[in-house]
Amino acid sequence: MTDLEKYTNVFTELFAKSADEVKKLHYQDILEWDSVGHMTLISSLEEAFDIMMETDDIIDFESYEKGIEILKKYGVSFDA
Amino acid sequence: MVWDFSAFGAQTALLSETCTMTYQELGARSGQIAAPVPPRSLVFLLARNSPAAIAGYVGFLQRGAVPVMLDAALDAELLAALRRAYRPRYAWLPEERAAAFAEGSEVLRQTGYVLLDLQEESIPLHEDLALLMTTSGSTGSPKLVRQSYGNLKSNIDSIIDYLRIDVSERAITNLPMHYVYGLSVLNTHLAAGASVVVTERTLFDRAFWQLVRERGVTSLAGVPYTYAMLKRLRFFRMDLPALHTLTQAGGKLDPELHAEFAEFAAREGKSFVVMYGAAEATARMGYLPAADAVRKTGAMGIAIPGGRFELVDEAGREITETDTVGELVYYGANVTMGYATSGADLALGDTRGGRYETGDLAKRDADGCYTVVGRKHRFLKLFGKRTNLQEVEHILRRHFGDIDVACAGTDDHLHVFVTDGALAAEIVPFLSGKLGVHRSAFAVKCIAAIPKNPSGKTVYRELEQYYDV
Repeated sequence: MTDLEKYTNVFTELFAKSADEVKKLHYQDILEWDSVGHMTLISSLEEAFDIMMETDDIIDFESYEKGIEILKKYGVSFDA
Repeated sequence: MVWDFSAFGAQTALLSETCTMTYQELGARSGQIAAPVPPRSLVFLLARNSPAAIAGYVGFLQRGAVPVMLDAALDAELLAALRRAYRPRYAWLPEERAAAFAEGSEVLRQTGYVLLDLQEESIPLHEDLALLMTTSGSTGSPKLVRQSYGNLKSNIDSIIDYLRIDVSERAITNLPMHYVYGLSVLNTHLAAGASVVVTERTLFDRAFWQLVRERGVTSLAGVPYTYAMLKRLRFFRMDLPALHTLTQAGGKLDPELHAEFAEFAAREGKSFVVMYGAAEATARMGYLPAADAVRKTGAMGIAIPGGRFELVDEAGREITETDTVGELVYYGANVTMGYATSGADLALGDTRGGRYETGDLAKRDADGCYTVVGRKHRFLKLFGKRTNLQEVEHILRRHFGDIDVACAGTDDHLHVFVTDGALAAEIVPFLSGKLGVHRSAFAVKCIAAIPKNPSGKTVYRELEQYYDV
């Protein structure tokens, strides 16, 4: 599994949406991605990639797209 | 009248991202909203954390109308059931929810909120009745707690006393107003002439922390889950010089988190105050003085000023020995009048006589400090919302038919046990939507049979073995 697949899987499993749907998601777009969902999302990503995110990055993590940019800083590679 | 704003005229009462409101302005605006509502009318207040919702709340209370505080996001069906049970004469609610009250006629409209006259007959309300609060954050149970003017006054005074809230304090609304803890923050700050930053932003929003910094917020209030979030947000590394008090209530905080926050506060010269309360006691019953926060990790503390705790054994006898577990009973002027399950109950007077059996099991140490060790009844807290497990089972049976189901679990983890595997996929989204609680709080497990005793009652203890599976 590539890192991108791993990343997408965290979203699809947590929010029970398809891969196509989660790609367009923003924080608070759906009921499931509220503050509790956000915390679960960050925990799941930290666990999946064995990283510890900074406050600013947890807060800036406002969409699926933005998350990719942020995780790159932690050495996660999204290249195909 | 609950508050006297006359001494605070030009001081700031509320601040939002776009406006500030002085006490004088709050008094005027709240008076305007409540003016068309006759005293002793019942008002459904669908609360968001907005200045309009707060102004309505203040206005109704000051006028002697009786608000029922509800979550603005409450499920439509649960809201309809509450309306049938109580027949409120008015509703103060966000514009976007007005459609649910189609037959109501609009009386006035202010910054996103509408006052509707629901054309109901007035029902008799007891003269002491000030406010009605839900007991269960999420199940929409028609059971409400009847709080009197005396209850509010006594609890406000006591909280101001032990937290030393004065005009210099500034809180922020990260908890909802339909929740007694969130409401008590608002009530006490308005009584002390302090100010409250009004926002609906969450802890995961940069603008929330900008508000905390720029508006000089001095205290944060949180349920256990808030503290788990704060830790994840590396709160210990944030630079927030104005913030000097952290309070916690809404369920027992995990002892490790308690220790971490207590040590952080001690190191940084801030106060961390663990507290204990319930809607049945207006809001607050106990607190652990900040000076004991490190030494008494995991403890709940002592009774608030004017209140008293007692432990009783199963026969109802008082327990005087230390470190002996019994049911925690509270005495004080903030013990509410009792419950209501329909409009007719609102004419009732006080049924508790200042004594409240909390349903929590606790013990007392040699210093007189109490620690909660468990619960007598079957409910748990989901992200701070008290959830009655029996009611959840009832909601499931009503929706899915007469299924074999049992609900159990621990705080933040509700396990639904069923015998029909085909239901498993539907239950989590259904409950999450119905109760307005994030789906991660629910897990469905299919087992061969729900364990029952010979009289047909579910043996919940036997379900515990599946919690971690």
